[in-house]
Amino acid sequence: MSEADGLVRLRQPIGVTYNWSAGPNATSHLAGLMAGKFIGKRCPSCTLVYFPPRNGVCPKCAKILAGDVEVGPKGTITTFCIVNVPFLGQKIKLPYVAAQILLDGADISMQHLIQECEAEDVRIGMRVEPVWKDKSEWGPSLENIQHFRPTGEPDRVMGSESGAS
Amino acid sequence: MAELCAVVGVGQTKHAACRADVSIAGLVREAVDRALADANITIADVDAIVIGKAPDSLEGVAMPELWLADALAAHGKPVFRVHTAGSVGGSTAIVAAQHVMAGIHGTVLTIGFEKQSDGNAMWALSVPIPFGMPVHAGAGGYFSPIVRGYIGRSGAPKHIGAMVAVKDRTNACKNPYAHLHEPDWTLEKALETPMLWDPIRFIETCPSSDGAMALVLMSEERADKHAGRKAWVHATAMRSEPTAFAGREQVSPVAGEMCAADLWRKAGIKNPAEEIDVVEMYVPFAWFEPMWLENLGFAPRNEGWRWVEDGVTEMGGSLPVNPSGGVLSSNPIGASGMLRFGEAAMQVMGKAGEHQIDGAKKAVGHAYGGGSQFFAMWLVSSTKP
Amino acid sequence: MALRDIAIVGTAQRPSEVNSTFTSVEILLPVIQQLLDKVGIERSEIGFWCHGSCDYMSGQPFSFVSAVDAIGAWPPIIESHVEADGALALYEAWVKIQTGEVDVALVFSNGKTTSGPIDQILSLQTDPYMVAPLKPGFDALAALQARACLEAGVVTERQMAEVAARSRRDARNNAVAFTKGNESVDELLAMPYTLNPLRAHDCATPVDGCNAVVLAAGDVARRLAERPAWIRGIDHRIDTQRLGARSMIESSSAAIAAQKAGVAKDRIDVAELHAPYTHQELLLRNAMGLSESTHINPSGGALVANPAMAAGLARFAEAAESIFAGSADRVLAHCTSGPMLQQNLVCVMEGE
Repeated sequence: MSEADGLVRLRQPIGVTYNWSAGPNATSHLAGLMAGKFIGKRCPSCTLVYFPPRNGVCPKCAKILAGDVEVGPKGTITTFCIVNVPFLGQKIKLPYVAAQILLDGADISMQHLIQECEAEDVRIGMRVEPVWKDKSEWGPSLENIQHFRPTGEPDRVMGSESGAS
Repeated sequence: MAELCAVVGVGQTKHAACRADVSIAGLVREAVDRALADANITIADVDAIVIGKAPDSLEGVAMPELWLADALAAHGKPVFRVHTAGSVGGSTAIVAAQHVMAGIHGTVLTIGFEKQSDGNAMWALSVPIPFGMPVHAGAGGYFSPIVRGYIGRSGAPKHIGAMVAVKDRTNACKNPYAHLHEPDWTLEKALETPMLWDPIRFIETCPSSDGAMALVLMSEERADKHAGRKAWVHATAMRSEPTAFAGREQVSPVAGEMCAADLWRKAGIKNPAEEIDVVEMYVPFAWFEPMWLENLGFAPRNEGWRWVEDGVTEMGGSLPVNPSGGVLSSNPIGASGMLRFGEAAMQVMGKAGEHQIDGAKKAVGHAYGGGSQFFAMWLVSSTKP
Repeated sequence: MALRDIAIVGTAQRPSEVNSTFTSVEILLPVIQQLLDKVGIERSEIGFWCHGSCDYMSGQPFSFVSAVDAIGAWPPIIESHVEADGALALYEAWVKIQTGEVDVALVFSNGKTTSGPIDQILSLQTDPYMVAPLKPGFDALAALQARACLEAGVVTERQMAEVAARSRRDARNNAVAFTKGNESVDELLAMPYTLNPLRAHDCATPVDGCNAVVLAAGDVARRLAERPAWIRGIDHRIDTQRLGARSMIESSSAAIAAQKAGVAKDRIDVAELHAPYTHQELLLRNAMGLSESTHINPSGGALVANPAMAAGLARFAEAAESIFAGSADRVLAHCTSGPMLQQNLVCVMEGE
């Protein structure tokens, strides 16, 4: 509690603990990450492949995604930004690149970090590959991948630069 | 057939980074009391209250409208809470207007607010979700790749964002309620500010604000007997689409285009750029001004940036955008949408003071939220439809 | 302006569970699909979608946004969300249809109540300066009210136990309910207090659940349902939240809402009351002036399954179903929010 300008201020930490479930439809995806693989899921209606399989449903068709599809490991940057803002608890050195990556075989991009190159060298269409953490650090999470780095292959020509998909 | 609805009173707080001088209730009442005074009614005259705000973790109070019932003298009245992410201020005004249009209540008070300095806004907006990959890029990190997409496809020169930012911050100096009052910006100075999430610069980014906006809405029957100036609601529109799906158009979302098209159709507008006098649109990152000019059907595809460069959207231009200074100058998240809707009403009521656009008869308020997926708009006019 | 005739034409509820490992989207999608199939309507025919849920309960800001993935919002739809029970989302949809902008709405709500400490979360609804720092649990606030009621002689412990016994027995006929029992009133009275004067069975069972209903106007309703549940009156009111500033032994907002909804105009066959505590059912009965002949909570009520933010809409679903089944002609559905019956929504529905 503090007093200033005749006003009393009370700082009240509120801590609430939740159990978070990824849901059964994420199981093969998360199990895949623990085995060093990218497992996406296909929509039975539009046949597009989602990685990660958000909530296990296709948002366009409102259908449960069915059918595991291995995607990647390489991918193409569809768009990106260079982050220069320090974030509370940040461990990554500034500036860093946060990018949308379309893994080979997937129809929607995923978000991750790009490292091992200069921020200004990152381009739309750049080919990248995952750099995994040490296996001992793996869990059911995309954080198993430390970052993506350029493969050095020629860029892929992207379609209209829609911005994130 | 729906009843007509009019805005008869508008009130807002002085928006600021931290309104430590008031409690949450005090913040809300500051806007409410001004709106009631502007409408020349008392709180006892209010039949129903419709409140909107963004995630409650921003203040640490769950469903605060319940607790605020006392501060709003709402005992025995209906209190209704809307939450549609960033567009909430706009959708709240629409829900409130619909209570009147449906003939259910004759006098409705609607409020949008956020006292986000009470909590930790950055944390509250992006609590990390397990199993995912936190890149900690925040809203700016989410939208800047989309801005990059717009620049790429439209060929817009790199200084457009900064031009919008300078315009909005300069406009805000004529708005006593705006959070940021920064009179000395020039384009040169703006282009020197650092990139935060390249290609979005520091000056092109909205602030985090505490603030509230309140409107008093009346049915036609009551508004006709009301002596003051009014903003008649000609049309409202809302559209939503999913956050992400394969092939989603992110730069000019279809939901936004459809929302605007619906609004023009309902209001009988054939040529928005010619028939609308002023637009208050939701621009939290400067580049959204040219993007929304296109999305809403004012400017042709890939031409929005030219309108900015040509000064069309300046206060003296042919389609002034955000004479209030917009979200770029004040952003209490739960209120921002209603600030746009309310400022549009103020324009056609002739109550915008120093940032009044002379002769404004038709104005549009626009709000969006989520991953550019929730859109809410209204069109108001000094005359009945 | 005359009000449009609007009816519930179909309902769907997910059987309650606890500690669900499904995501909200995974439980919502099948319920909504089931409802669309039941009513025989395509997604594209829904004019307006309205959702009730609470961020604080899910532990995530903007948690309702992912629910948009469960409803197939493509091409873009007209959709809205309330940070409240689905019953309030139904009210918004009813208002929308009244304006004439749309004729059909789908209302849905969900709550994974057991994923977080609901007692603590709901108590965060209280005054952040004066009350919340004292960390009152939501159940404890209800217990304060129950104590006041007992002292005033407005309810007795036996009456509370009767509500519990009846609800637990009726729950056995309801696939959606969670807590079922066959105890006698005396057996329940013999149980220890958990939060004096409340016993475990006096408090609703928090469950994970979701539900949805379709609303339609006039002839559209007649086309979609054989016996639509017509909304004859609907109203909601709020009381002061200040503990001690109002009488705890009555609910004036429930009384006003009931009066505005026209409850007293004719007999009520079935009343589905959202009463998370046994004494509150008795208070609501008094507030709404329900007669002895009204069958209260044949579903077992919220006491046997309380998915926060969906329990109110569940009452609407249950009440409407009794009209569809022909077992009732005039019903009441109720939803409450806030501590001690602070906010109340009352709706009267009739079969033709």
